[in-house]
Amino acid sequence: MTRKSVRIRKSLALREPAKPVAAAPAATPPATSKPRTRRDDFPILAASPNLHYLDSAATSQKPRAVLDAMRAYYEHDNANPHRGAYDLSARATQRYHDARERVADFLGVVDAPTLIFTRGTTEALNLVATAWGRTNVKKGDELVLTGMEHHANFVPWQQLALEKHARLRICPLTADGRIDVDKLKAMLGRKTAVVAFSHVSNALGTINPVRDIAALVRDKARNAVIAVDGAQSAPHMHVHVDELDVDFFAFSGHKMLGPMGIGGLVGRRELLEAMPPYQMGGDMIEFVGDETTTWNVLPHKFEAGTPNVADAVGLAAACDYLDTMGIEKVREHELSLITLIIERLRAIDGVTLYGPADLSLRSGVVSFNVADIHPHDLSTVLDQEGVCIRAGHHCAQPLMRRLNVPATARASVYVYNEPADVDALVRGVVRAKGMFAHG
Amino acid sequence: MNNLDALYQEVILDHNRKPRNFREIEGADRRVEGRNPLCGDQVTVWLKLDGDHVADVSFKGTGCAVSKSSASLMTSAVKGKSKAETQQLFDKFHHMITGKMTDAERGQMGSLAALGGVSKFPLRVKCASLAWHALKSALDGGGEVSTENEGPALTEGA
Repeated sequence: MTRKSVRIRKSLALREPAKPVAAAPAATPPATSKPRTRRDDFPILAASPNLHYLDSAATSQKPRAVLDAMRAYYEHDNANPHRGAYDLSARATQRYHDARERVADFLGVVDAPTLIFTRGTTEALNLVATAWGRTNVKKGDELVLTGMEHHANFVPWQQLALEKHARLRICPLTADGRIDVDKLKAMLGRKTAVVAFSHVSNALGTINPVRDIAALVRDKARNAVIAVDGAQSAPHMHVHVDELDVDFFAFSGHKMLGPMGIGGLVGRRELLEAMPPYQMGGDMIEFVGDETTTWNVLPHKFEAGTPNVADAVGLAAACDYLDTMGIEKVREHELSLITLIIERLRAIDGVTLYGPADLSLRSGVVSFNVADIHPHDLSTVLDQEGVCIRAGHHCAQPLMRRLNVPATARASVYVYNEPADVDALVRGVVRAKGMFAHG
Repeated sequence: MNNLDALYQEVILDHNRKPRNFREIEGADRRVEGRNPLCGDQVTVWLKLDGDHVADVSFKGTGCAVSKSSASLMTSAVKGKSKAETQQLFDKFHHMITGKMTDAERGQMGSLAALGGVSKFPLRVKCASLAWHALKSALDGGGEVSTENEGPALTEGA
């Protein structure tokens, strides 16, 4: 986006500050225990010292601050926003408005009403493929995707191409799992209507050069819109959407310490205003006549029905948590952990690692396989060690075909992971190897 | 024996390494593909009938040790059985892997008993039953030979 952007820190103070919620007794660690760690901020981890959660690329755990914020909203401010002519409803409206401003600020979006709250990345991308795509894509157009896309950024475009008789083009990857930018360049032209790709691959952790790709698209395919799946970048690295020069950016709250059921789409204002609505109903209308209806302004035009205020409030609290820690520190912490994971796994005979060898191009995801052990069997063995990893195709079957494997095991880290989690992972892999050894 | 060792018994590991009847059948009467969309596991079952009986059955595919060994043990167990006997065996097998069987009953299951450990891992029930669902679909498939991708996408709640 080209708008001049200034990062503004907005006060989140309520007009009537929420009263503190009584802490559950079990939430406080015993006084005699070791020094506080980040795990203590996460009730599910604090309650299970032997839980080694290495599946944050699927969903993150939630800090107490997020859970408290949601509870406080329901206990003190809950009403249907944008409706009631009474103070409580006005307060709920204000909380929802503030949450949007807070999340927009976190993502470097100055024009907050261009941030549409959705259920998550999947709904955000479907919104684009449906509301923008069905209006603008025509026969003979080309939709360019990459071989590493999550199904959420693949299937909606594939189906749109089928419906409109457009051509779906899938950009190949390099051997180490990066977008082959030269090949992408060759695919772009005046027929290109959409270029859709992930900021960070959920299955490989590859960080894609969004700004470089965007510049390439603007140069080679002036008519194309750029849609970025930011589900795996927003939680883990500094993302300033306004500076990316993309048209749509989708993200999920539950992968960034927020609750499930909230996420969003940031869109270029001119495009959002020209697009038809995605869903019809309450809140999104301006005036409903017997024959026709006019639409509400952004963001409401794309938010039909009662909004998900509590989850938006929770997501805003998650942004506070991440900003307090510092997103650069998050990135640094994850990089040190994946460095350790890769180093330790590489030392084990029979382990194949996927994705870029250059760790500066990787997020907190390590995809791997162990010779003669199916990832499902591996994950069952790891589960017995308290280690949670993902095993399977990671909703990226086109990528699995390109890697020529049916599935991989995937360990992914976040703010609460520690070297002890890596130890447990390695212990489990060694145990699985022992169990499945020939003989 | 702990749960993990009960799941990955030597019989299971052996059938995983060296699956039996892991081949196509030329001139099969039925061919059904089963998929587990959650994990991407895929199995194709070929069936040759002799009247009401299973003359030959085979499989190929990709999957974990549980799904592969279950398919392998299944092909060995049902060869020569009638359709009705095969259906009964499937029902019993399903009872076993979902934990609805006594130890004594499990003792009657022959080599299939090795998969009894699955009952302690509800998430793996669909791995163990994938090939069986494909076989059942092949048996129920009327007179038609299934073609590629015609088979059902199989899911099963744990």
